[in-house]
Amino acid sequence: MPTLLLPMPLRPYADNQRAVQVKGRTVREALQDLVDQYPRLKPHLFNGEGRLQPYIHVFLNGEDVRSLQGVDTPLEENAELRILPSIAGG
Amino acid sequence: MHPTPSTLTMQAPAREVGIAATVGRTPLIPLRHLARDLPPGVEVWAKAEWFNPSGSVKARPAWNILRTALAAGRLRGKRLLDATSGNMGIAYATFGAALGVPVTLTLPANASPERLAMLRALGAELILTDPLEGTDGAIEEARRLAEAHPDRYCYVDQYNNPANWQAHYLTTGPEILQQTEGRITRFVAGVGTSGTLMGTGRYLREHLPDVVILAVQPDGPMHGLEGLKHMPTALRPGIYDPTFPDGVIEVPTQAAYAMVRRLAREEGLFVGPSSGAAAWAALQVASQLREGVVVTIFPDGGDRYLSAPFWEEDA
Ligand SMILES: Cc1ncc(COP(=O)(O)O)c(C=O)c1O
Repeated sequence: MPTLLLPMPLRPYADNQRAVQVKGRTVREALQDLVDQYPRLKPHLFNGEGRLQPYIHVFLNGEDVRSLQGVDTPLEENAELRILPSIAGG
Repeated sequence: MHPTPSTLTMQAPAREVGIAATVGRTPLIPLRHLARDLPPGVEVWAKAEWFNPSGSVKARPAWNILRTALAAGRLRGKRLLDATSGNMGIAYATFGAALGVPVTLTLPANASPERLAMLRALGAELILTDPLEGTDGAIEEARRLAEAHPDRYCYVDQYNNPANWQAHYLTTGPEILQQTEGRITRFVAGVGTSGTLMGTGRYLREHLPDVVILAVQPDGPMHGLEGLKHMPTALRPGIYDPTFPDGVIEVPTQAAYAMVRRLAREEGLFVGPSSGAAAWAALQVASQLREGVVVTIFPDGGDRYLSAPFWEEDA
């Protein structure tokens, strides 16, 4: 199963976990499974129309998926996805 | 709480401190087109902080922190160390170069490429931290380094160093009082370390007890407002007193991005996302007034974010 790594500010909405195992063959399916497991994450990741917020960056093997095939990027069985926060304060 | 005599002035001759002599005295610019629909007695002004050397508001606290650490002899034989999101680091590196003080910075590896390139050009040593841990991860790394190598580093800790907010008490506050001829009624500022809000706000409140001080922060923990902190979910800076502001305005990232585009196209003000957030909040405050002078801070310019997608309408 792919692993999704959460940034510090999102962990309170996912039982304080840093890594979550998710089901999915694409980035979209993986994110969907994440918010199915932890519904309180949803408003922080998606806008009202269900689109990933443009300032949320999802990285696969060090690359922003926007520079790959976006949320349609396929995932290998052992893929590691990271959701990155913007840089706060100071 | 208030500045001690040794911190009473940040002025020093260029002959002694080079470019650091040019910190502050930035222009105060009215929003003319964006404020057009407000009642005639309501004005909105922004302090153009990208006019500072190093290109951001952080020139003020960086110079004051470096200056007071030097004066106290804390930097003898050591490198200045701090955690930063970028702007503070660029300011430390600028003045460190001018005064011959070596600088080491911890910052998240996903800092914008423009910022990393500037820091390297200025000769700073960079220690990149895990982006997943955010700015708080960079702070923890700086603490760890300072404890492990007390002879090598002087950790100046902008989040807990009173010289941060005192820089604004000594410069930003008096400049605004003078530039508005004492007419300011509302002060609106974004919070990262909170130095700008706390220092400017304290000075203004001392001189104009009726002035209303408002803090600006992102509307949630995941946001795109680089430089600002969502206080409820972040490490709270020691210099921040949450009871100090009269209110907090939460800004959605998309609203700030839309405002950044309007500021560029309708006012010729090419600024960064935290300035967009500040303008959005200031205009919201102004729209509820019948009379008054609202002043906010535009921390940096747009050229630091050219690689970001938000300049396009649909981003
Ligand atoms: C772009 C930007 N905006 C706002 C701020 C917040 O300023 P302060 O740390 O004084 O709260 C910072 C701080 O680094 C910044 O870089």
